[in-house]
Amino acid sequence: MTSEEPRRNLRPLSLHVPEPRFRPGDPVDFADFDRGRAGAVPRPDPDVSPEAIREVAYSLVRVLDDEGQAVGPWNPRLAPERLIGMLRHMALTRAYDDRMYRAQRQGKTSFYMKSTGEEATSVAAAYALDRDDMCFPSYRQQGLLIARDWPLVDMMNQVYSNRGDRLKGRQMPIMYSARAAGFFSISGNLATQYPQAVGWAMASASKGDTRIAAAWCGEGSTAEGDFHSALTFASVYRAPVVLNVINNQWAISSFSGFAGAEATTFAARAIGYGIAGLRVDGNDALAVHAATEWAADRARDGHGPTLIEHFTYRAEGHSTSDDPSKYRSAEERSKWPLGDPIARLKQHLITIGAWDEERQAAMDREVAEEVRAAAKEAEQNGILGEGLHFPFSTMFEDVFEEMPWHLEEQLGEMTEEWKASGR
Amino acid sequence: MAVELKMPALSPTMEEGTLAKWLVKEGDTVKSGDILAEIETDKATMEFEAVDEGTISKIVVPEGTDGVKVGEVIALIAGEDEPAEAPVGDAKPAAEQKPAAPEAKPEKAPPAPEGGGEPAPHQMETAARELVASASRSPEEPEVPAGTELVKQTVREALRDAMAEEMRADDTVFVMGEEVAQYQGAYKVTQGLLDEFGDKRVIDTPITEYGFAGIGTGAAMGGLKPIVEFMTFNFAMQAIDHIVNSAAKTNYMSGGQMRCPVVFRGPNGAAARVGAQHSQNYGPWYAAVPGLIVVAPYSAADAKGLLKAAIRSPDPVVFLENELLYGQSFEVPKLDDYVLPIGKARIAREGGDVTLVSYSIGVGVALDAAAKLAEEGIEAEVIDLRTLRPLDKATVLESLKKTNRMVVVEEGWPVCSIASEIMATAMEDGFDDLDAPVLRVTNEDVPLPYAANLEKAALIKAEDVVAAAKKVSYR
Repeated sequence: MTSEEPRRNLRPLSLHVPEPRFRPGDPVDFADFDRGRAGAVPRPDPDVSPEAIREVAYSLVRVLDDEGQAVGPWNPRLAPERLIGMLRHMALTRAYDDRMYRAQRQGKTSFYMKSTGEEATSVAAAYALDRDDMCFPSYRQQGLLIARDWPLVDMMNQVYSNRGDRLKGRQMPIMYSARAAGFFSISGNLATQYPQAVGWAMASASKGDTRIAAAWCGEGSTAEGDFHSALTFASVYRAPVVLNVINNQWAISSFSGFAGAEATTFAARAIGYGIAGLRVDGNDALAVHAATEWAADRARDGHGPTLIEHFTYRAEGHSTSDDPSKYRSAEERSKWPLGDPIARLKQHLITIGAWDEERQAAMDREVAEEVRAAAKEAEQNGILGEGLHFPFSTMFEDVFEEMPWHLEEQLGEMTEEWKASGR
Repeated sequence: MAVELKMPALSPTMEEGTLAKWLVKEGDTVKSGDILAEIETDKATMEFEAVDEGTISKIVVPEGTDGVKVGEVIALIAGEDEPAEAPVGDAKPAAEQKPAAPEAKPEKAPPAPEGGGEPAPHQMETAARELVASASRSPEEPEVPAGTELVKQTVREALRDAMAEEMRADDTVFVMGEEVAQYQGAYKVTQGLLDEFGDKRVIDTPITEYGFAGIGTGAAMGGLKPIVEFMTFNFAMQAIDHIVNSAAKTNYMSGGQMRCPVVFRGPNGAAARVGAQHSQNYGPWYAAVPGLIVVAPYSAADAKGLLKAAIRSPDPVVFLENELLYGQSFEVPKLDDYVLPIGKARIAREGGDVTLVSYSIGVGVALDAAAKLAEEGIEAEVIDLRTLRPLDKATVLESLKKTNRMVVVEEGWPVCSIASEIMATAMEDGFDDLDAPVLRVTNEDVPLPYAANLEKAALIKAEDVVAAAKKVSYR
């Protein structure tokens, strides 16, 4: 600063601080939200140049209309059995979330995060990717594991940190890691998985492999430097990667405006980097599937990365430590103009005559029972507070490939102490 | 067979809550997902849902009861659906039974919990509780003129008051960070500041520690006095470039023309059951950097007096708090302007037999150990470093001259630690005063595990300090 005093006769500057439209108790009206017409956004071929599809980054790709019909060029035309599979995996994800959330309330685990209302963004994406494509999820993509038929008991063992936990009691609940499911370890530090996914994809390309990578982060995390570094590298090296932004409107208590949503869309972040950007209705499983498939085809054919913004709504709190009634209007969820992903896919299946309320009710009972049975089984392995599930010697393992001498010494001393103390 | 419903922990650090309202009564049949009760904590109101099916056979804790401890039985459910193959005679948890899966990983039987008894079921086990207990068992008096009135305050409140007082006194002071405004702080340290100072001085930021550390550094260069809150220092590793390469060197690289009076503050060190990525002590990292002031207080009075000093400092300050201490209460002097000197350790307990040097939450552990040592006739002097850079060597060496024996207690990793630095100081400047090698009690040299028993094994404990103090005393 050259001078400590503002100059006279000039208007003083002022600072803009974003403010969400609705706070607790406010009536909610999304009437001015332009969701566009289902089927209206054109679908170019996946080899299109990014600048030719700029408009898609400011539109909303939607397939399911209000009557439950699948319309327009993005309709992925999936067989009914496949749609029913997606519906079931979304319902299973929701039932799993409900059970584990309640388990936390019962003190069976210390922490949990639900994905309620966002199931399509994981499950439908998993359906559009190949089973061996590598996923770099954030902490709300349990639907990927569930859609890949990873055992619920294995997931619960991790959440309960019990003796069946494949992560050996080392990670916080929900921070799954499942190499065989192509599911990278969840990190508590935001957006780190973005450059890592790009790096993995570049390695895959460099080795002449056939697998692509996919990453997920929240709209709030797009503010992180990692996001921007990832987009730069993805563009420069035309990395075979699908970069997903789950815009669920809220980053704990900070609304999407704090990540830049007042000024532009998150899909449009792609444009400056020369990356294809798609903005899709994240509560429309068919739109999510179509966009992911398009991006995966693009990556596999050597045309580089795609950034997909999934426009959705975080129906529940950020985590079991959060109480959203303190900062947002409870009406937002019920007034959400894009509905609920499970209800919408169900409506579509009924509309095309492939499904009915009886089968839906039976499926809901089935998934609840499946989750319940898995929980009973996992709880046999122990729950939080009920166990010292791993011997302390395991604490020194896996710090390095081979245990170095100083940790061996530590382990020896600790063992002696335990023995000496008579325990 | 009755299933015990226990007071749930709504967050990892919750100890107790209010059973605000029962939504069921005795005799009601409940199924999985039914809301049974509303429970309030100081942070939030939560609905408590049933996981198991059955009939409410007894409500043990009536509604409106305050201070219900986590893990306390609040009601009984007569189960109707217990699987026949589970031969439990009462509500004993599944974990107590033989492992169901033969491939269960641990080869050895897990060690029994300390003290032989079972831990209270459903109260979340965590070694962090022991660290906090050490703090609560070890009250320390602030250094103030005789006759000063003292008030009980939590560390959280003391930090808030320090910021509020400085913001009232100086309108260039502002606070920014994730969740500091509308949410009142992820750990409620900025409670009430938005209401008093408005959204131009209490600023929610986008999620980028790297970004807002740089914004804070720039704003400090631009003539403001930013307080940058990191939700935890674990998330600030990406911000370290601005802290180390810019803030710390602004004065030096500008030939003394420019200053960077910014405070980077937030919780540091282990908390309760948050695993490897959220449990690290960055004291040694920042204390290694010329140009930075590094403060790591223990008590509420020190937190207040030193944060006020940090905000006023013309140099950049890294102010390391501790999540486990936020809720701990200490005596704080009731003075209009309680400011403490940076760079000055304090004697937290006087003693002539052995010196225990520590900082932050380690001070509670050291004081706890000192009380145990006193029972065995060893009087330990406990030094709370309070500031890690510049380090108050004089106070440490003075104490060493008196006791001739020293143990450093540090909730952090051993290698290249503050303990290493204190030991080097004792070697270089206090060699002739040493009657025994200096020992250090630190966390194990591994990432902090999540599981309670491993967490406990990895963290510092008062008993280890006692053992080390006896060893240097040859007893």
